[in-house]
Amino acid sequence: MKGHYIITTRTMRNNNISSKNETQSSSVAKPLDQKESELLKNLKLAFAEFSETEVSVSLDMVVLRVEPARLLDICESLKSNQKFLFNYLSCITVVDYEEQEEIFEMVYHLVSIDYHHKLAMKVSLPSNSPVVPSIFKIWKSADWFEREAHDLFGIQFEGRENPLPLLLYEGFEGYPGRKSFPFHEYEEW
Amino acid sequence: MQVHQQASEHSDAIDLMVNMGPQHPSTHGVFRLVIWVDGERIVKVEPHIGYLHRGSEKICESEQYNQIVTLFDRLDYVGNLNNELAFCLAVEKLTETVVPERAEYIRVILCELNRIASHMLFYGVYGLDAGATTPMLYGFRERERVQELFESVTGARMMHNYIRIGGVKEDVPADFEKNVRKLLGDLKKGVEECDSLLSQNEMFLARTKGVGIISGDDALDYGVTGPALRASGVVEDVRVTDPYSIYERFDFGIPVGSMGDCWDRYFVRVEEMRESIKIIEQALAELPKGEISAKVRRIVRPPAGDVFIRTESPRGDLGVYIVSDGSDKPYRVKVRPPSFANLQALESMLKDTYIADAVLVLGSIDIIMGEVDR
Repeated sequence: MKGHYIITTRTMRNNNISSKNETQSSSVAKPLDQKESELLKNLKLAFAEFSETEVSVSLDMVVLRVEPARLLDICESLKSNQKFLFNYLSCITVVDYEEQEEIFEMVYHLVSIDYHHKLAMKVSLPSNSPVVPSIFKIWKSADWFEREAHDLFGIQFEGRENPLPLLLYEGFEGYPGRKSFPFHEYEEW
Repeated sequence: MQVHQQASEHSDAIDLMVNMGPQHPSTHGVFRLVIWVDGERIVKVEPHIGYLHRGSEKICESEQYNQIVTLFDRLDYVGNLNNELAFCLAVEKLTETVVPERAEYIRVILCELNRIASHMLFYGVYGLDAGATTPMLYGFRERERVQELFESVTGARMMHNYIRIGGVKEDVPADFEKNVRKLLGDLKKGVEECDSLLSQNEMFLARTKGVGIISGDDALDYGVTGPALRASGVVEDVRVTDPYSIYERFDFGIPVGSMGDCWDRYFVRVEEMRESIKIIEQALAELPKGEISAKVRRIVRPPAGDVFIRTESPRGDLGVYIVSDGSDKPYRVKVRPPSFANLQALESMLKDTYIADAVLVLGSIDIIMGEVDR
């Protein structure tokens, strides 16, 4: 077994792990670089059969829009398909569009440690019954993120029996992450 | 005696439930851990978090972009500047702001110093967790030097509010370069001293080697990032694999462990301090003159859209996701705190260890509850 060692950035960059060109400043959105365009192409190929699935680009992020019913199949494929290998689920976000469109949008940010791809996967749920399959079995890191989404936004996860509250105390009423939660009703003292 | 015999006859029988926390000196905040033990062996653990939940993400929705920087200071209160940077980078990407060169270099120098300060705190407290009091004195001495420099630059020891959207608050003082050079000399000596004091100490090795092992694949599955992931042998550092700011200009090493035990997690951080010093030296040599902030409107109104940014904070992969609706306040801000995900893996690390090691394993993840609970 290899002991403790230090890998230098020069070796990593020479191995073409990071192929980004030096630009004047990295904070400006660049057009998709080579590996991301490749990811986009592969995604379009792989999910062409799912007609509801939609691939697009926002800033430098590839976005995959998925139907809730298809979520599990697509996640399995994203994790195990040799072209993607998304082995690391970075985070799960819920965005509340209840007032405008009566939906909750789930955003899953995935990263491939081997290829250094990243991907945002978006799922829209109707706000009157926000139910989505749990992806806890695919990525264990989803565990607490799903519990948090359940706490703050009242999202129900199929395949997990009622999870215990994570951030809030037991018996807390309402979903404080939602825009509709009364937040500014108290007065300054 | 009778209880003990029963337990050994039925190996699945559980002796005792131990409640650790919420107030416990080694929990680094308010964190409760319920441990089921069979004899001295841990059978199952259940972490309880949320004691420090302040609804930071929700508060962000009612504040203007410039005001949110102060809220990010209070998430990871040991690596403040790294947190500020993550938020500012996200807004800058959304508004397509070009940050002046000088500001980028100042940011990198301060962020790396913050990383050293954070790891020094870890070093001291981890020694204390293992039962050694002296390392804490040394770790805090080194950290104090960095804090002094921060005070001279930003005016505050901890909640700096120094990195702003488009650049930094004000230029560094005239003697900044001289001070940093002197500080680097001191820190180099300090890191060597700390390393020689604890790393190869026989009792420390006996307590940490082979304890709390997690494999690279498992760690990745749990979403563990940063030094804790690299200690398990996975080469992943956002500064190199998904570079932000100007990190692609510097040459530095990424320390990687092999076992994924407590000692590896400890030693990766010690090595990282040396690498951070290398980055600061390079940045200081190239520090250009010029503007320290881009021309940014006083009230920032990014175009509608969303942005996700990953940065390498001292604890791991700090992600910020911002949804803008075009107004002066963000529609949604989501922080992906590294400690939150790292803490999930505690369950796997603690399985089948002894109860005396629980504190050491918890300490080796280096959690900050302000960031976990938000």
